[in-house]
Amino acid sequence: MLANDDVNFEIASGEIVALLGENGAGKTTLMNVLYGLYSADEGEILLDGEPLVLTEPSDAIEAGIGMVHQHFMLVPVFSVAENVILGVEPAGKAGWIDQKAAKEKVREISSRYRLEIDPDAIVEDLPVGIQQRVEIIKVLLREARFVVFDEPTAVLTPQEVEGFIEIANGLKADGKGIIFISHKLKEALEIADRIVVMRDGKTVGEVSPADVTEEGLAELMVGRPVDLVVDKSASDPTEPVLVLDHLTVLDDRSQEAVRDVSFQVRAGEIVGIAGVQGNGQTELIESITGVRPSIAGTVTIGETDVTTSSPRDIHRMEVAHIPEDRQRSGLVLDFAVYENMVLDSYYDEPFSHGIRMDWGAVRESAAKLVEEYDVKTPGIDVPLSGLSGGNQQKVIVAREFNRDVKLAIASQPTRGIDVGSIEYIHSRIVEERDEGAAVLIVSSELDEVVALSDRLLVMYRGEIVAEFDPKTATTNEIGLAMLGSAEAAK
Amino acid sequence: MTSEVKPPEEDPSDPRDWTTAITGVGSSLWKALLIPSLALLTALIIGAVIIAVTDVDAWRAWSADGAGEALSMMRTSVVDSYKALFNGSIGSVNSISESLFSATPLIIGGLAVAVGFQAGLFNIGVNGQMHMGGLVAIYIGFTWSLPTVIHIPLILIGAIIGGAIWGGIPGLLRAKTGAHEVITTIMLNFIALFFVDYMLTTSFFQEPGRLDPISKAANTTAQFPKILGSEYRLNIGFLIALVLVAFVYWLLFRSSVGFEFRAVGANPDAARFAGMSVVVALVAVMAVSGALGGIAGANQILGLSPYRATTNFAATIGFDAIALALLGRSHPFGVLWAGVLFGALRAGGRAMQGEAGIPIDLVLVVQALIIVFIAAPGLVRAIYRVKAPEAVPTQLTKGWGS
Repeated sequence: MLANDDVNFEIASGEIVALLGENGAGKTTLMNVLYGLYSADEGEILLDGEPLVLTEPSDAIEAGIGMVHQHFMLVPVFSVAENVILGVEPAGKAGWIDQKAAKEKVREISSRYRLEIDPDAIVEDLPVGIQQRVEIIKVLLREARFVVFDEPTAVLTPQEVEGFIEIANGLKADGKGIIFISHKLKEALEIADRIVVMRDGKTVGEVSPADVTEEGLAELMVGRPVDLVVDKSASDPTEPVLVLDHLTVLDDRSQEAVRDVSFQVRAGEIVGIAGVQGNGQTELIESITGVRPSIAGTVTIGETDVTTSSPRDIHRMEVAHIPEDRQRSGLVLDFAVYENMVLDSYYDEPFSHGIRMDWGAVRESAAKLVEEYDVKTPGIDVPLSGLSGGNQQKVIVAREFNRDVKLAIASQPTRGIDVGSIEYIHSRIVEERDEGAAVLIVSSELDEVVALSDRLLVMYRGEIVAEFDPKTATTNEIGLAMLGSAEAAK
Repeated sequence: MTSEVKPPEEDPSDPRDWTTAITGVGSSLWKALLIPSLALLTALIIGAVIIAVTDVDAWRAWSADGAGEALSMMRTSVVDSYKALFNGSIGSVNSISESLFSATPLIIGGLAVAVGFQAGLFNIGVNGQMHMGGLVAIYIGFTWSLPTVIHIPLILIGAIIGGAIWGGIPGLLRAKTGAHEVITTIMLNFIALFFVDYMLTTSFFQEPGRLDPISKAANTTAQFPKILGSEYRLNIGFLIALVLVAFVYWLLFRSSVGFEFRAVGANPDAARFAGMSVVVALVAVMAVSGALGGIAGANQILGLSPYRATTNFAATIGFDAIALALLGRSHPFGVLWAGVLFGALRAGGRAMQGEAGIPIDLVLVVQALIIVFIAAPGLVRAIYRVKAPEAVPTQLTKGWGS
């Protein structure tokens, strides 16, 4: 497949170039070429004017190209120092690893670049932002001249993002060339010296942040004008639909992930839950939708106590659920589009009679939904793994919203998908609200919850620590609450 | 945009591909059969080399009469062996009868394993399920004397219950405690084997006057009727196998139960989030798989003389079935073809042993080589310089080891 088609861009030392593009635009493929994971069929990479042949990541490291992956490549149970030296272990006597030298190196780099870190800390105990530093130190230890960051801010809080920007500028000042891959317009505008925009595997433009607005960038990225602001009227909430009363839920390690949480979502309003990932949002949603049992408290939908109801019972109460991780829990990637469209409704008329599936009816409905929800697919028979992230998500949205919805629950509804699809999914969610559904949104993208919500709750360490009016609250206030700051919790 | 609904990309790892293969799209039938055919050919060539180099007489002749004589002797033994293999498998009505007769338990057992694979479960316990199903079957077989049209369905129901319980136990253990079915089914195989052995020495089962573990003979009304006349061994067991192939196909691909099985197999998390009961599905899959194993067990006793249960009557069928399910890509039609192929090799192998004096083990070697080549299609493609399709089916099962 042609993922990159005639891509041109260059980077100098001491420069930050943002590589901006929607998911599936070919950014990651390009970087994998640069990191020696894939080889280019045509064209060449020049370093200092010399053609560079990269067949393996080790070639790239040799050439001074370092990569900080979106999903960190760290050994969770190793210490920071051990992770950093992995693959380039300083050998001591008789081949033993020289732990002291390792720690010394980590200290040296962290003081030089002001990347504060404890070399003895175990990686799995560290917050994500600090783990990222470990990755950066790894790259620096290997004497990279160019550092590629693949979606580095996707997992960070607003405060951590600021920290990251500082680090990036520090690296730049030290003469490193930095490639910043992202689909976030704001950050690209803030960080980069130049922005290269990719679309459909091609570089479609190069702009200077000073000369371009967010809207202009988005248009370049998507290829048409995009509405970045969620267009919604004031909410008109009526009676409560979802009521949580002192709910407590355990996580997989039997720790209290959700602690004594009470709130309600009324018909006709969108309630957003902001928070750094891993503060109990996942368990909270799983418990509401019946996938995970709770140990105390109650969940009521409408008039019915659903605390112990099964996912199917809850689904049948006109509850739509867009799960957090679409590939893990929302879809069967090996199944065809039409099969995924009935994943939670296959057992009933009109899709099956008794236990006999009516594939004709299923396909007919799927074809209609694909059309109606603008799912871009070669056909309803292709396996879902062949669709882009945004279109996979649209399949879920189509499946869940294609019926009367009393309560809509969406977790990270637009994570990792393209601007065009985000716009579409947001408008669908607002539409559900306007038709009288109660909507609960969880997202670690603060901009998203702020834009969508009528009321905003902040979750920290399993508790709801603050409530904001998203129209008046500042990012800073919310960000502080996300970090558990007591003052912010009014 | 949604243009026309185009057929999916050819993806040989997609089990449904066999459907198109069977239901008539010509090119995809060839594609589906190309690699297996080349695998068979390669395996037979290697088999020929083995026959040649293990020809002791020829090596003796090498020193006595020179290489030319030796090579011609080797050629003769290869030709004779393969002639016997061919004649013994499809050369006559009897050969065909023997081939299909040998294929019957393999097909049913293969279906049992395939159903498990489709749901992400690796049922290594077909052997035990055959023993338990067969034990129930023979009991019903010798205890009562009923009209055949009632007796045989009754036996099948008994075998289904016996096998389903024995298969359902590991399903339940997996669903409730997470105990891996690979471990539990292997252990249950041993329990079944020795339980049957023990039961065959009790007065419920044992043939009076015997001391070894052997059951009474089934009444004639319980014996599977022959379908090509009494001189041929082919019996209704084969027809039952065909019905089961159709049934399993329907269950997996045309029923909502099968949809659940496949969804649970492909992504248990998504299945759970979509409101399916993974616990129920796992137990049901293993029960269905076990039931098929039970029928295979009944066939092993009531489909052939002396119509008695003896020690380890399931032999290696339960394990051959795993290879078969892999070869058939866990699709019922694939299992049918693979079963017929293995049945033919087995019948041919017996003839080869009788006529050419080549041990039947050679057939097992050929079978094993076929599996190796099917599992490593890249190897076959490299040998014959066949262009690879986009996706190479390296992963034949899912869920194993997870």
